[in-house]
Amino acid sequence: MTLIFVPKDAAALAVGANKVAARIAAEARVRALPVEIVRTGSRGMFFLEPLIEVETAHGRVGYGPVSASDIASLFDAGLLTGGAHALRIGKPEDHPFLSGQTRLTFARCGIVDPLSLADYAAYDGWKGLARAIVIGPSAIVAEVAKSGLRGRGGAGFPTGIKWKTVADTQADRRYVACNADEGDSGTFADRMIMEGDPFALIEGMTICGIGVGATKGYVYCRSEYPHAGKTFSEALRIAREAGYLGPNIQGSGFTFELELRMGAGAYICGEETSMLESLEGKRGIVRAKPPLPAHKGLFARPTVVNNVLSLVAVPTVLDRGADFYAGFGFGRSRGTMPIQIAGNVRYGGLYETAFGLTLGEIVDSIGGGTSSGRPVRAVQCGGPLGAYFPRSLFHTPYDYEAFSACDGLVGHWRPRRFRRYRRHGPDGAVRDGILRDRKLRQVHPLPDRRDPRCRGHRSRARGRETGGEYRAPGRPLQYDEIRVTLRARGVRALSRDERGSPL
Amino acid sequence: MDGESMPEASAWNAERAGEIIAEHAGLEGPMLPILHGLQEEFGCVSDAAVRLIAEALNLTRAEVHGVVTFYHDFRREPCGPHVLQLCRAEACQSMGSEDLAAAVLAKLGVGWHGTTRDGELTVEPVYCLGLCATSPSALLDGEPLGRLNLDKITEALEEARAA
Repeated sequence: MTLIFVPKDAAALAVGANKVAARIAAEARVRALPVEIVRTGSRGMFFLEPLIEVETAHGRVGYGPVSASDIASLFDAGLLTGGAHALRIGKPEDHPFLSGQTRLTFARCGIVDPLSLADYAAYDGWKGLARAIVIGPSAIVAEVAKSGLRGRGGAGFPTGIKWKTVADTQADRRYVACNADEGDSGTFADRMIMEGDPFALIEGMTICGIGVGATKGYVYCRSEYPHAGKTFSEALRIAREAGYLGPNIQGSGFTFELELRMGAGAYICGEETSMLESLEGKRGIVRAKPPLPAHKGLFARPTVVNNVLSLVAVPTVLDRGADFYAGFGFGRSRGTMPIQIAGNVRYGGLYETAFGLTLGEIVDSIGGGTSSGRPVRAVQCGGPLGAYFPRSLFHTPYDYEAFSACDGLVGHWRPRRFRRYRRHGPDGAVRDGILRDRKLRQVHPLPDRRDPRCRGHRSRARGRETGGEYRAPGRPLQYDEIRVTLRARGVRALSRDERGSPL
Repeated sequence: MDGESMPEASAWNAERAGEIIAEHAGLEGPMLPILHGLQEEFGCVSDAAVRLIAEALNLTRAEVHGVVTFYHDFRREPCGPHVLQLCRAEACQSMGSEDLAAAVLAKLGVGWHGTTRDGELTVEPVYCLGLCATSPSALLDGEPLGRLNLDKITEALEEARAA
């Protein structure tokens, strides 16, 4: 029996993987060859999809991009023994796109059958959970903090500190909420994990639940990902039956239950507080912070809200140790980052590597320039909320701080760049809009609100004099006033970087 | 839409709707699962459904209405038996999805959210399907399509209609 691996990742299905699998089965039947087709996730080399792999005596051999019409010629060329063919790429691990990667988070993706517990265990699955159970809650949180892992959703908040805050907050119950509402264009890593290695997310969330003392977790997946939802809910069922979820996980005495919730097409629900509102069954409207979700989150209980990629990094941290994970990276950005390259690019896909590559290396060397062959003029980094990076910024190293300094993003979601404003100018003109960032402010200079001709200057002045205690009846507090009030009460005002930190 | 490949929606049946609501009512925050369940069964969330949900969850009808109308997926009226969701997000735009969408809409003679005259197909915009490295992309009855051009879409639509 020869194993043939055909991905069932949605991106592979989109380019005909199901037809390819059906044709392989039919062709093998006609030729009376013993073939077993295994459906996997994707390796992340989407320019080669559908990429099929055959298990031979010398390891797996890949062919791609394969269409159904190529199957007969592939069999003629000796597909089952890794025979030569124009589409043969050799061992996938030796392909230049994969060989340069450091795959920790995506180590199994595209290799294993996503719903096979045996495969998962054979490729180091559940090892992180086993160690977590041995070392116990406080050591789990300490280990994650020590690894330097930061939120992969975009804001880059230290995961360990967030977990500690939740663990230290007194409550009758706590929650873990996984943000799988990956709404920003150009991102697909969360989807790939949920379709290609769902047990890793289950393991990461279970470790988190044990660490912070939560017994219930939710995964909020967007409805635009029907295949991810299907695969993940099937994985939940399998994990539950095998005793990896539910009461007394693997005889440890810890309890953790996990539920999948589908969104309903609201982009805003990718923002953590509106996601919590949506999970509660309400309109997905952003909550004011504070209180932070870590203090008062889902159903007003302390809640860890983490991105899929942050949670999936956790089993590796626990299994191989914090020092191993922190050994990768650059500056304050530790570990690896799954970079998603898409759009008008020659080699689009997922490239996991330690932080610190320059943008130019990612775009030119890895992405191979544009697929249309035209010169690259600019790259959008971090989805629609990030920034466009022109060639002159291609020397920027890929890490949280450097990208942030250029108004770009690692990951996605950074709502804090936006501030709604309404200002009344001295000329009586009213300006309404959304303040994007400092640059925009320079383009459209706003009136100085201390100008006595500006409406409301008197109550604002009085507010300043009284340390923020006064405001005109009915007028909501402005951000500046909140800051003044906090300072007056002895609370340290937040710096620009901490403001809107998503703890 | 749920994104599920949609079987023919059944006609409104208060008893069946009550069962669906009761099935999910024990969950924490049961609203969205209930709405998804009802839409999957009946193809939309009608006023009658809103009334039932409000009663079961002890909410006002206005509150339920507020939730239903907030989320783009929930329909107030059923759509065609086939749904084509064309991606309009940035990665697909960089591969010419806007021109492609214009051509598809012109060919079908509908606008966004429109249903073809034979009532068979509804076209919806969608903002990112996570198929950005195989763009332009779309979902047809919940099944993904990538590296699209007008010929491929036409072929897929014909296949869907024939099925």
